Amino acid sequence: MKRVNKFLWAIAAPLAAVIFTLIFVSIILLIKGANPLSTFQLIASYGSQPENVVAELNQTVAYYLAGVAAAIGFRMLLFNIGIDGQYRLAIFIAAVVGGATNLPAFLEVPLIIITGVVVGALWASIAGYLKVKRNISEVISNIMLNTIASGLIIYMLQPGRLGLKGVNSDNLATPMIPKSGWMPSFKIMGGELYSFAFVAIAVGVIYWIVLNKSVFGFNLRATGMSFRAARASGVNAPRMVFITMALSGAIAGLTGMGELLSHTHTYSLAFPTGYALTGLALALLGRSNPIGIAIAAFFWAFLEQAAPALDLNGVPKEIVMMMQGTIILATVTSYEIVKRITRRQQQRLVGAAEAPRVDAEAKGVKS
Amino acid sequence: MSVAIELKGIEKNYPGVVANHDVEITIAKGNIHAIIGENGAGKSTLMKILYGMVKPDAGTIAIFESPVTIKSPQDAIGLGIGMVHQHFMLADNATVLENIVLGSEPMKAKVVVDYAKARENLLNIIQTYGLDINPDDLVADLGVGVRQRVEIAKVLFRGAKILILDEPTAVLVPQEVDDLFKNLKGLTQNGLTIIFISHKLDEVMAIADSITVMRHGTTVANLVPAKTNKKELAEYMIGGELPSPRPATTKPREEKVLVVTNASANDRTGREILHGINLEIHAGEILGLAGVEGNGQSELIELIMGLVKPDSGSVVTVGLDTHDSTLREIRDHGVGYIPQDRQRDGLMMAAPLWENRILGHQQTKPMSNGIWIDKGAAKKDSERIIEEFDVRTPSNAVLANALSGGNQQKFIVGREMSGDPKMLIAAQPTRGVDVGAQAIIWDHLIEARLKGTGVLLVSADLDELFKLSDRIAVIFRGTIVDYLDPRKTTPEQLGLAMTGEKIA
Repeated sequence: MKRVNKFLWAIAAPLAAVIFTLIFVSIILLIKGANPLSTFQLIASYGSQPENVVAELNQTVAYYLAGVAAAIGFRMLLFNIGIDGQYRLAIFIAAVVGGATNLPAFLEVPLIIITGVVVGALWASIAGYLKVKRNISEVISNIMLNTIASGLIIYMLQPGRLGLKGVNSDNLATPMIPKSGWMPSFKIMGGELYSFAFVAIAVGVIYWIVLNKSVFGFNLRATGMSFRAARASGVNAPRMVFITMALSGAIAGLTGMGELLSHTHTYSLAFPTGYALTGLALALLGRSNPIGIAIAAFFWAFLEQAAPALDLNGVPKEIVMMMQGTIILATVTSYEIVKRITRRQQQRLVGAAEAPRVDAEAKGVKS
Repeated sequence: MSVAIELKGIEKNYPGVVANHDVEITIAKGNIHAIIGENGAGKSTLMKILYGMVKPDAGTIAIFESPVTIKSPQDAIGLGIGMVHQHFMLADNATVLENIVLGSEPMKAKVVVDYAKARENLLNIIQTYGLDINPDDLVADLGVGVRQRVEIAKVLFRGAKILILDEPTAVLVPQEVDDLFKNLKGLTQNGLTIIFISHKLDEVMAIADSITVMRHGTTVANLVPAKTNKKELAEYMIGGELPSPRPATTKPREEKVLVVTNASANDRTGREILHGINLEIHAGEILGLAGVEGNGQSELIELIMGLVKPDSGSVVTVGLDTHDSTLREIRDHGVGYIPQDRQRDGLMMAAPLWENRILGHQQTKPMSNGIWIDKGAAKKDSERIIEEFDVRTPSNAVLANALSGGNQQKFIVGREMSGDPKMLIAAQPTRGVDVGAQAIIWDHLIEARLKGTGVLLVSADLDELFKLSDRIAVIFRGTIVDYLDPRKTTPEQLGLAMTGEKIA
């Protein structure tokens, strides 16, 4: 009973947010003269077409990893807006390393993945170092590091350095990774699902177990909740902050890895930017919980996949961005409301425990 | 004698709780009336009723002998009731005058704030009541005592005739308390009535004209200081005889848990903050550390725990030289730490109690097993602490921030004594907790001593130092200036030593 209650409270907030968003977007659509019901139907039917679902799932994996990277930072009150630079630099260098080596598959694939993880962690740890040693906000340093990463990549992608002109285009890209460095895709529902999805699932499971069950995870969460209390309890709190930033970068380094290993096999400037903001939004929506982030990531990918269909039917596709924005605001607000309600309930219980119920005799006959 | 406030049969029920019942208080005009009681005795609820923040379920309120219903703080202010909160509500970047008029600005032609008039009113108040504040000072530049006077002036500016002061001395140092008391006397001489909420019996005896004791939501006694004493008040508060610490019967052991030899330490700017400290604590001994706050106590604690390394000399805590050991190693070797700022240094406020039980013991059995946290053990042992230390909470899943300060402190003390540490650092272990919790904490400190723990008791409460300590070390300007035997020293002598005077 208690457990059911807890579960209801946990989904009450996102549910209320979704309902609010649907109502709000409906009003906007009505103002624009569009029929809300048929618009939602359009999004739903287009998004759930089988070949689209597979594309959505592949996109979900990338968003999910960006979300988990952001969530680790959140546990330490770190706002890792550097996911963008960390991920692009990581994928770029991983592609370069993959393109320059030709080991057996059981070594080549892990080599590429680990390169991405290490580069992401190293790049993020610059911000971590500045934060811990120089007290520089990770937001500022990460924004700068994003720009530096962009510059570095463009510089190194020039032909004659690490990049090549594309075969059929003017786009600059890294040399192709040999077949031993490819990860298979599953042919389902008329699409190709990257097998990297399993790595993402494993990351989610490990994230949850380490954070909630291990001493290391306890130290991390303790430092995030109270730096000073963690320090007094014997945790090397500054080091925890540094490690957390590096871990967040390490996961960021996996973002886009599915695309690289199963689809493009080369890094080019066509790899999307903007994963940092998406990741942070998804971590917020999913409350830093791996399952919550997964649901939010799929929802995001679903909406974006369906967006082009709207334009074809005379509804501006920007309505999808509006839905995304509204749902973030609504979710954050409703979580706060639920938090306050539950806190009040708890304080009432504590009040009852602190001032014991006055027995009927002392209180008289009043009911 | 005219009556300022009369409360009759006040009752307030929350679902499952009676917060107030049968409250009867009569307060004479021009009096300082103290309301005392333990945390959770119903003082705050009663004041919220009086200030219109909570609606009573039954009972009558009369202000200046006419019955009233108070529906909101605006109503209360309209009736001349003002509240000075424990935590100040002032804007740092504004002047005293701006802060005071904020929210009740006298207007010129209904558009612009009439600062000239406001200033005149304020100067009038300052002069009438002898409040030492300057309207043009920036609040950011003011000390705690002055800020409190600004809060009082703010309430008077709104025309208050009755002032409610919620634990006003909690944030003040002794010198500021004296100033506050002088001010309060000044206010009552001008006909104001003051309700003074506290649980510090010394202060209540010193300042109050009359006293009401609350327990379990109701008023249990109305007294005047001349006809009562601290012991009686305390007994009314806890509803029984006041437990006094058991006298120490065992001798400290030979074994030393702390040896500080000629240690000095500098702060980041290179200024010497601790100088030539020599300190030893034996197993089974309570060493009291007396000193005016800010004379190096916090730094000494950090030095002992190894958070700060000595620049010269040596510190050996529970057998480990802090130079070569991390705080983790030192704590895991058997050091408990009850921090002075319990909410910031002692708890994860947003985490449940059972998770807080793990804090500080996360790398030792039974709280963890190798690299894994043992949630079951943490839950079970937090139950033990709740039971043994009488932590008033519905369960161990409650978040730490939902508990009152006294219960938080009992939980921390229980946690730090878990596993019988070799040494315990207790910084202000009973500050701000009620007498009931204080008695429990004292009992456990003495028990730890009997079991052979060496305790460093850092306290500003001289009474506590005298009752518990085997020896008292006096710290002054970063160095230990004296060791005293509590059985052969008077509080006056100790006070003198704390100011750096050598006792002949």
